[in-house]
Amino acid sequence: MSSVTEQPVGVRLDDAEAIRLRADFPLLAGSVNGHPLVYLDSGATAQRPLAVLDAERDFLLHWNSAVHRGAHTLAAEATEQFEQARAVVASFIGASANEIVWTSNATEAINLVAYSIGNASAGRGGPEADRFRLGAGDEIVVTEMEHHANLIPWQELAARTGAMLRVIGLDETGALLMDQAAEFIGDRTRLVCVTHVSNVLGTVNPIDEIVALAHAAGALVVLDACQSAPHRPLDVVALGVDFAAFSGHKMLGPTGIGVLYGRAELLDAMPPFLTGGSMITEVTLDGAKYLPAPQRFEAGTQRVSQAIGLAAAVRYLKGIGVDRIHDHENVLAQRMLDGLDSLPGIRVLGPGRGVERAGLASFVVDGVHAHDVGQYLDDVGIAVRVGHHCAQPLHRRYGATATTRASAYLYTTTGEIDVFLDRVAGVRSFFGADR
Amino acid sequence: MSGLEDLYREVILDHSRSPHGYGVHDGAAAESHQVNPTCGDEVTVQLHLGDGGHGIHELAWEGHGCAISQSSASILAGLVKDDDPGLLRQRIDAFRELMQSRGEVEGDEDLLGDAVVFQGASRYVARVKCAMLAWVAAEAALATLPED
Repeated sequence: MSSVTEQPVGVRLDDAEAIRLRADFPLLAGSVNGHPLVYLDSGATAQRPLAVLDAERDFLLHWNSAVHRGAHTLAAEATEQFEQARAVVASFIGASANEIVWTSNATEAINLVAYSIGNASAGRGGPEADRFRLGAGDEIVVTEMEHHANLIPWQELAARTGAMLRVIGLDETGALLMDQAAEFIGDRTRLVCVTHVSNVLGTVNPIDEIVALAHAAGALVVLDACQSAPHRPLDVVALGVDFAAFSGHKMLGPTGIGVLYGRAELLDAMPPFLTGGSMITEVTLDGAKYLPAPQRFEAGTQRVSQAIGLAAAVRYLKGIGVDRIHDHENVLAQRMLDGLDSLPGIRVLGPGRGVERAGLASFVVDGVHAHDVGQYLDDVGIAVRVGHHCAQPLHRRYGATATTRASAYLYTTTGEIDVFLDRVAGVRSFFGADR
Repeated sequence: MSGLEDLYREVILDHSRSPHGYGVHDGAAAESHQVNPTCGDEVTVQLHLGDGGHGIHELAWEGHGCAISQSSASILAGLVKDDDPGLLRQRIDAFRELMQSRGEVEGDEDLLGDAVVFQGASRYVARVKCAMLAWVAAEAALATLPED
């Protein structure tokens, strides 16, 4: 196991500590194309510390078996560890264990809510599901900055139920148009689906204001927390959201595991999405009765080692302190922004200097396509994401089809940001775009 | 030559900055629009027939994307001069063979002209789709032309 010592509160996570932490992430010591790897794609997927790999391996070596079935010792221990992992993740976001549903990823978590509401709208779920039923005249509010995973499920739900989708727009600095939010969120609104932090712009949305508007209108709030849960303290109860979704692999955990948080009273009243084994109390040839949440939403064999790996990731993050990770990334983000802003022909999307932004920057290089920028960076071992980052409407809003995104995490150093900036400075001349 | 310079050969950068055959217009005998969903790059290719309807007099195109996809479309447009459909099909097949070769095939210069420089790009698996985009569009357009 790798060692994570509790850091004294108030001591900044600096480069020296980030460099020490990198010893827990052997992949980061590798090289690409003959250059030391500079991994600036944690927004897409984070690297995993040995503690996470060890936790999964330990489980698989000693305890692997199916959970919530079987009376043998391994099955009992596996179930215990699986449920313990749920409690760890729950406490990480201020929730209770029965409010955490395991999913494959955040996309499945959001689809679970959308399909459950769709099933309620089709008449499933009994009288307690009445509050979820949608139809003509109802409205679902989303924003123009959503990842496709928090947009398309709602487009589909609207199409299936006859509800209308309304979209809160963005200003030039990547902020939500809050006057539009106040206008659109009203009596007809049933759901408000919004991201906490934009995966492209780095914008941090005023979720408390959105929640206040939504709840005043009697609507439920679905929060995409994919870019917040890994990077900043998150308390879903304090925020007051009704649902939240995030993915394990963006927060040092395994792929194949995601989390849906839902307020207990809501989850227990919602009809299931996936049906099958392990989510029922009684089955006849005519129908079935369902367990309460979370088991109601966990049909079939579960991702046990992945859940245990995610709990190890959460422990690792807590050991460092998510607030300290957040502060570190803020320093990196402002350094990226300052550096990119000082280069001619480069336009960074999202909040300007001095405004809070997540530890990422997406930018357009005048005269050079993002794919070519990414290739030019990769040639010296710098890994960035290029494309529309699953946010085509957002890119269209800012007149771009693709951007280059650099995203940082706790193991990123200011030295790496400087290597990145230095390389970006040469991209336009390489492609002759400065002539 | 470094990998990057082999990928972005000067002729590729020249074509991406000053594309040939750019601009779709009325009167096409066939047309196809292709998108690369991973990056949003898109291209529309038109086939314009010569007098009497024989031979592809002009391949016109429009689109946006990376240097590889744009230069590849431009070079393709420059190659097509009164090709009969069979010749264009041969060019497309030869280009596909080149792009799937991971740098192992040199490319038939008689059929491909300047497009043989994409041998470098064929070593970058992630860029093969970029290079193929316009050629796939041409192939799809060709398939809609009535047989002689």
